[in-house]
Amino acid sequence: MAEPALSIRGLTKVYGNGFHALKGIDLDVQQGDFFALLGPNGAGKSTTLGAVCSLVQKSAGKVSIFGIDTDKDFAKAKYQLGVVPQEFNFNQFEKVIDIVLAQAGYYGMTRKEALPRAKQLLNDLGLWDKRNGSARMLSGGMKRRLMIARALMHRPKLLILDEPTAGVDIELRRSMWEYMRRINRDEGTTIILTTHYLEEAESLCRNIAIINHGEIVRNTSVRKLLAELNTETFLLDLAAPVKQAPIIEGFEVQQIEPSQLALVIHRGQQLNDVFSALSEQGITVVSMRNRANRLEEMFVSMVESSQQAIDQREQQEARA
Amino acid sequence: MNATQTLIALWTLVLKEIKRFTRIWPQTLLPPSITMAMYFIIFGNLIGSRIGEMDGFSYMDFIVPGLIMMSVITNSYSNVASSFFSNKFQRSIEEMMVSPMPNWVILSGFVLGGMARGLGVGLIVTLVSLFFTRLTVEHSLLTVLVVVLTSALFSIGGFINALFANKFDDISIVPTFILTPLTYLGGVFYSISMLPDFWQGVSMLNPILYMVNVFRYGFLGVSDIPVGWALAAIVAFIFALFMVALTMLERGKGIRS
Repeated sequence: MAEPALSIRGLTKVYGNGFHALKGIDLDVQQGDFFALLGPNGAGKSTTLGAVCSLVQKSAGKVSIFGIDTDKDFAKAKYQLGVVPQEFNFNQFEKVIDIVLAQAGYYGMTRKEALPRAKQLLNDLGLWDKRNGSARMLSGGMKRRLMIARALMHRPKLLILDEPTAGVDIELRRSMWEYMRRINRDEGTTIILTTHYLEEAESLCRNIAIINHGEIVRNTSVRKLLAELNTETFLLDLAAPVKQAPIIEGFEVQQIEPSQLALVIHRGQQLNDVFSALSEQGITVVSMRNRANRLEEMFVSMVESSQQAIDQREQQEARA
Repeated sequence: MNATQTLIALWTLVLKEIKRFTRIWPQTLLPPSITMAMYFIIFGNLIGSRIGEMDGFSYMDFIVPGLIMMSVITNSYSNVASSFFSNKFQRSIEEMMVSPMPNWVILSGFVLGGMARGLGVGLIVTLVSLFFTRLTVEHSLLTVLVVVLTSALFSIGGFINALFANKFDDISIVPTFILTPLTYLGGVFYSISMLPDFWQGVSMLNPILYMVNVFRYGFLGVSDIPVGWALAAIVAFIFALFMVALTMLERGKGIRS
């Protein structure tokens, strides 16, 4: 079996103030995967990615990129790695083209090699027309795309994206998704992303790890995770307002607004039964949608149970 | 990285640094030229004509090497301090940290960038001085060597300052409260032979005195201190500070959490 694109063993980070940001996490991301690292704010996502790309000094543990131990030959490992951080980290006063060409230079690419690559990437990401403008004049979405172009200049086999679509409008977000799908599918680039948009993770990623309080609480495929979903909540928009929520045996129905109901469906229950019952009571449904993204429901319940486990552990420790 | 890739990376960084200070030339190249022209007019011409000779030379001829050296020192230092700190501040230093560039290349790139500005300003000030005096160079190789070494030394100093700095104020404290007084008291405007013995002794503790004197020796052939000893001290300081800066960079001082 091929070496994983990323292998993490016992990764620990303790900050100077004693805060344990990472508590010995293990993680494997296989070559060609589209992988999501999810977690609430402060869970340790960015610290993990920072330790992988040398922006954060790990306290203990091992990181290998395509089988290259970063403690032994980080420079070689870095050739395989492209990084798009959460915050803008380029000189805002430099020209767009200079930023991407300088990055290529840092990887030892000649200008002759770098120029066509820059042209291709800036074209693909809709920035070629802006190449001679100062980076500070770009919109937020353009700045994010500039960081993607910069990270891809040296043709990395592993691309790390830390919340790449944060603050980006829906249309642009979807075009960025399409671009990421394309480089994953056509060029075989392994992609790891962190995101707060769970719809993004569900739509793009095949595998997923959930991190909370510096520990991996779940590491599985998106498909398996969704298959575990026991309940789903739907919002039903009604043709006419109702005075109160209808009573349907075996189903949980709540009235949200006069013309809107929330319906909780448990695994094994049939939506047809609900619609029949509603029809019998003279209620017409004109549209229906998920109350939250499916993965979001799963994510929230997992983070809550992980928090409960931590609280219980702390209580036991306090008693002891 | 192989040798060619390393050279490309180093050249990329140096070129980026040169582009940076030439892009903002009204802030970086113009002010020292105007300030030094003022020194030449006021101290060299107006006041200097009343002072008479210093160590057997006209006062203007005496102060020109010192003023050139002063420009080189302050510009080399402040270029690296402000450029590296602004890279830290804008987090664009991360572009270099995630790349396979060795730390010594990052350090050398900034230092060479600082030297480019320091020596560039030194050259401009030299050209300005030609409007006021006929410059003669007694030992041209030594003159070039000492100005290049001094520029390297203060560029490394600026780098260390920027590594420690947490805010913009931190990169102006050393130039304002340490470098400027040491430069003014480093024999730019006077010969230390004019001082009482005690203050001559104190002056000998000022490292800038050695650089100014060796540089002046290159121009005029006179120096208050032994030239060979001063050169050796500058080289030793460059080596020591380079190693300090490199070690701090390896440890991620001020740039890695």
